Amino acid sequence: MKKLALLIVILSGGLLLYATKDFPPWGDPHSPASMHVSPRYLMKSLEETGVPNVVTSILADYRGYDTMFETTVIFCAGIACFMLLRKFEAQSKDVYYRHIPTGITIHVKGGKQIPPTSKEFEKIDAIWTPYDLIINTVSRFLVPFIQLFALYVIAHGHHSPGGGFQGGVILGASIIVVAIAFNLRTAIKRFGEKIDGIMSALGVFIYSGIGAICVLLGAEFLNYGTLARILPVSKIMARSHGILGVEIGVGIAVMAVMVCIYNNVASEGKHDEGL
Amino acid sequence: MIWQLDLAILTLVIVCAIAAITVKDLLATAILFGAYSFMMCLLWSIMAAVDVAFTEASVGAGVSTVFFVAAVFRTTRRTKD
Amino acid sequence: MEFLFTHLVAKYNFWLYIVLMMIGLYAMIAKNNLIKKLVGMNIFQTAIILFYVSVGSKKGGTIPIIEHGAGHTPHGIDPAHYVNPLPHVLMLTAIVVSVSTFGVALALAIKIYQRYKTLEEDEILTRIRES
Repeated sequence: MKKLALLIVILSGGLLLYATKDFPPWGDPHSPASMHVSPRYLMKSLEETGVPNVVTSILADYRGYDTMFETTVIFCAGIACFMLLRKFEAQSKDVYYRHIPTGITIHVKGGKQIPPTSKEFEKIDAIWTPYDLIINTVSRFLVPFIQLFALYVIAHGHHSPGGGFQGGVILGASIIVVAIAFNLRTAIKRFGEKIDGIMSALGVFIYSGIGAICVLLGAEFLNYGTLARILPVSKIMARSHGILGVEIGVGIAVMAVMVCIYNNVASEGKHDEGL
Repeated sequence: MIWQLDLAILTLVIVCAIAAITVKDLLATAILFGAYSFMMCLLWSIMAAVDVAFTEASVGAGVSTVFFVAAVFRTTRRTKD
Repeated sequence: MEFLFTHLVAKYNFWLYIVLMMIGLYAMIAKNNLIKKLVGMNIFQTAIILFYVSVGSKKGGTIPIIEHGAGHTPHGIDPAHYVNPLPHVLMLTAIVVSVSTFGVALALAIKIYQRYKTLEEDEILTRIRES
């Protein structure tokens, strides 16, 4: 198998290397890729949409269809992970409790639970790691600042590199930090499964909802200029606000899906113990 | 756009890629894969593609490495080749 | 030989991207472990994204964010001054799709491990034939 793979790789590599004979040299300003559509986007983006970051305006306004279906693809990936791995029936396995003042571990076999009579018992995982003060305190400190930075990245997508995807991933990472530093049950108590599912669908709904509002106002799907009829701004600023609205939708969807995939992959779908 | 820096980082990228598929421990593959993602992010910053570099830094070197380590934790860590 | 040398110096970066793509392709075909195959797929994807983004770069171009006061000159904005932003947009979509595919593929690998207790391809095929 390895000889066959080597042969295939050398053949296709050789063909591709031969094809580079016809490429324009690297960094040429007059290469065919930079001569037809993109000069128009570069020249007209600021005066038509009011957004200096040309990548954001192309992503959310000129090529908004592709971004909508990309958000749908992310949503489908979250649903696929959930459907592949999630197990709902209660596993009757052993449960471990730890008495906090003395450090004694109680091993209850067969899945019967001790009713929580006092606050001195905590439920721990089978692979218990000791309580680490530094990691817990630092991550508790950092989470609000991470979320603030993520909201800044989403909101400033017009003027600096950033936008919906990057901000959404950073927001999701702030919840994964809590899940890794403490345990998975703490993170799920803060950001549960039901609200996670609702938010991932809400993101896609906001995006297509803005497009549908444009249709209801009389123009084509995702033509944000018609939003100037209901908002008291000019047509250019209406396009800028439309871009901000869809970026928020994308950010919410990406955050929820990242948390959903992590919860399901780290716990094999049982949501009781994690990394 | 400094071509010496570009060539150096491209060489590092190729070395990281070959190492990531050759080591026998899957946790080492995960960490080398995170390093490969980060070198890619540097390459794109050199080519003035800042949005792409930001996305790759947050997605590839951040969240994707965490998913990989979580999956290795749930399956096995050793591999025969 | 002269011909090869001028092409090599002008387009060395394209040759290195093709080497990276072939490393990814080799890992996808020849490796036995399922997770190594996934890593190969991801290397292939990022190499293609690298190729596309490098097509859009220009010598002396700056990042595609239009500076203050650039639109008010009489000639308008000069597109040769900025890097081509269209490949960046397409590759943003590609990166996000690649991480979604990676998440679903890891979920599939965990399911296969739960069923067959191994991740090596030849052992899985043997166990399928036995059962």
